[in-house]
Amino acid sequence: MKGPAPAPRRRPAPAGGGGLLAGLDIGSRSLELVLMQEGELLDYRRLPTTYDPLGQCRRILEGLKWDRLVATGYGRELAANHLDCDTLTEIQAHALGARHLFPHCRGVLDIGGQDTKAMALSPQGRVVKFEMNDRCAAGTGKFLEFMATGLQVPLEEFGRFALEGAPGVEINSMCTVFAESEATSLMARGRPPADIALALHRAVIKRALAMLRRVGVSPPVVFSGGAALNRCLVELLRREFEGEVLVPPRPEAVGALGAALFAGRD
Amino acid sequence: MSDEYREMWRELGLDLEAHDQLLAVLGQAYKDIFLGQPNRPQGMQYFDFVVSQVHGLRIKELVEGKKKGRKVVGSYCVFVPEELVLAAGATLVGLCAGADFATEQVERYLPRNTCALIKSTFGFKLGKVCPYLESADLIVGENTCDGKKKSYEIFAGLVERFHLMDLPQVKSPQGRRLMKAEIARLRGVLEELTGNPVTAESLKAGIETVNRKRRALLRLYQLRAHRPAPISGLDALLISQISFYDDPGRFSDAVERLCDELEERVQRGEGVFPADAPRVLISGCPMAVPNWKLPWVIEGSGAVIVGEESCVGMRGIANLVEPQSDDLDEMLEALVERYLQIDCAVFTPNPGRRDKVREMFRQYRADGVIHYALQFCQPYQIESLPLEQRLQEEGIPVLRLETDYSPEDLEQLKTRVQAFLEMLS
Repeated sequence: MKGPAPAPRRRPAPAGGGGLLAGLDIGSRSLELVLMQEGELLDYRRLPTTYDPLGQCRRILEGLKWDRLVATGYGRELAANHLDCDTLTEIQAHALGARHLFPHCRGVLDIGGQDTKAMALSPQGRVVKFEMNDRCAAGTGKFLEFMATGLQVPLEEFGRFALEGAPGVEINSMCTVFAESEATSLMARGRPPADIALALHRAVIKRALAMLRRVGVSPPVVFSGGAALNRCLVELLRREFEGEVLVPPRPEAVGALGAALFAGRD
Repeated sequence: MSDEYREMWRELGLDLEAHDQLLAVLGQAYKDIFLGQPNRPQGMQYFDFVVSQVHGLRIKELVEGKKKGRKVVGSYCVFVPEELVLAAGATLVGLCAGADFATEQVERYLPRNTCALIKSTFGFKLGKVCPYLESADLIVGENTCDGKKKSYEIFAGLVERFHLMDLPQVKSPQGRRLMKAEIARLRGVLEELTGNPVTAESLKAGIETVNRKRRALLRLYQLRAHRPAPISGLDALLISQISFYDDPGRFSDAVERLCDELEERVQRGEGVFPADAPRVLISGCPMAVPNWKLPWVIEGSGAVIVGEESCVGMRGIANLVEPQSDDLDEMLEALVERYLQIDCAVFTPNPGRRDKVREMFRQYRADGVIHYALQFCQPYQIESLPLEQRLQEEGIPVLRLETDYSPEDLEQLKTRVQAFLEMLS
């Protein structure tokens, strides 16, 4: 078995507070880069992760200068091993980013490519409890991507497509493979694909809500991660969550933003 | 060492090819996980040596002992009293159940959703790779959880000789009577196996040996309370794991020597991790050798583990057999008393464990508790929820993890652990 290398100690913060701060979120599906200076966003970039995450990291950083770089996401250690940077878990990164955008938020739901995370924040913004799906990608962005392919709808359109569906169909399984066979048998029974799509989205939100409840999130909650670009998920979460749901204009960049903010901390 | 011991392994009936593979994997894992740690105490050399000889010299000692008539008893649980085994003139070895092995064969005997520890027990047997198990003249199992209880019904048919201890599930007068009766029954089985009666003298010697071992380990635990911690959690866990199969006297000497060195370290303010490293207490299921996965993730993420509220840890060593007596019945009574105090999650209710976690958290100056449950280990999984709630109410940060022996969830574990450590800092 191969395991983690000891975490490097943090590098000192750039002196003077006016440094160029970079946050890089290396997710399973996409990379996001945020460059900041004195609280202002200077640059934002996004690339697919592909089979060569390190190569993509180098590509996304091309031509940029920074005083301090912090990597987050599942590829953070890969970055730390090859680039001059510190690391932060995506849990803290999303919390920092969400809090920066919405200083009064008390919780975060991050649905990314292969992980779903729910975090409860203290009134001061500290993460007090979190949950994360374990080794299986059930109920994550990957699940929706898989199902969109099955229903032959482009992923970017999937949310809008599902919003046209009628309720009344249930998908019970959260396992990607089982849910697909459930969807297949629903199709065989002649249920319209939009209804099935809606049911799949409902299943994702049901699971996310259970996670939010387990960590005991109080509103308002920020919905972040690439899945928050999906209008149906946002709509369903707003309908089901007891309290305000805040969605930033670029939800997929919240992790990278948090990493850049962390780079500015002493 | 392979060539020197091959004949011995063959005679024990090991599958040499599979065994070679196991040793190769273990050797590499040990190198990666243990030998690269910074600032290890000198005293760890003894334990490194013991590990390097884990299937060699120690087995040779056992086999040579057997030739002179000293029986070997194997067990899988801290409820099997080593004092009694020693008093009957036999050697007790805690058997390994900390790695996946021969999984396909195991699943012919057990459902897939059985905990990794039980599956491993079967795997080492079916794969014929554990020389301790093959040296054992008797295996003593115990009715603890349902998984073990039912799987022992099958396991009993796979080994030469098997005895099952029926353990109480409630710490009541009835439970106590059962424990007493079962210790008496085990005594009879051991006496019959070895042909040696358990006498006041032999039991007293057994108690002294095991008390000394526990005292040495408790001393080691106390030293871990210092900041910076003078020894890593991985090394301390390794020592606890070795305590299950090394010669108890020699082991205690080595632990005492190590503690002398650690005391000097403490005086110099020297540690294995920086003084500001987050300090973690682990609580939950046993980590049987060679299960080092979670501690490796935790310490690899920059925290130091300062204690284990676990069978391979405090649950196994807390409480000595007292008072010392010369009367056989009184000593047997003291054994019952000591073993009934174990805070295993099979007891209902089990408030003692919660108190122990709280006490250890304070005593070892921990910053947070990581609760470790093996998947499908119902007693610890279920107990973890109210335990977490209680600790959090008292302001103690808790991270609850469920995992097994496979490396597939390492990345997710790392993210969880690191996020928890970020919360503590």
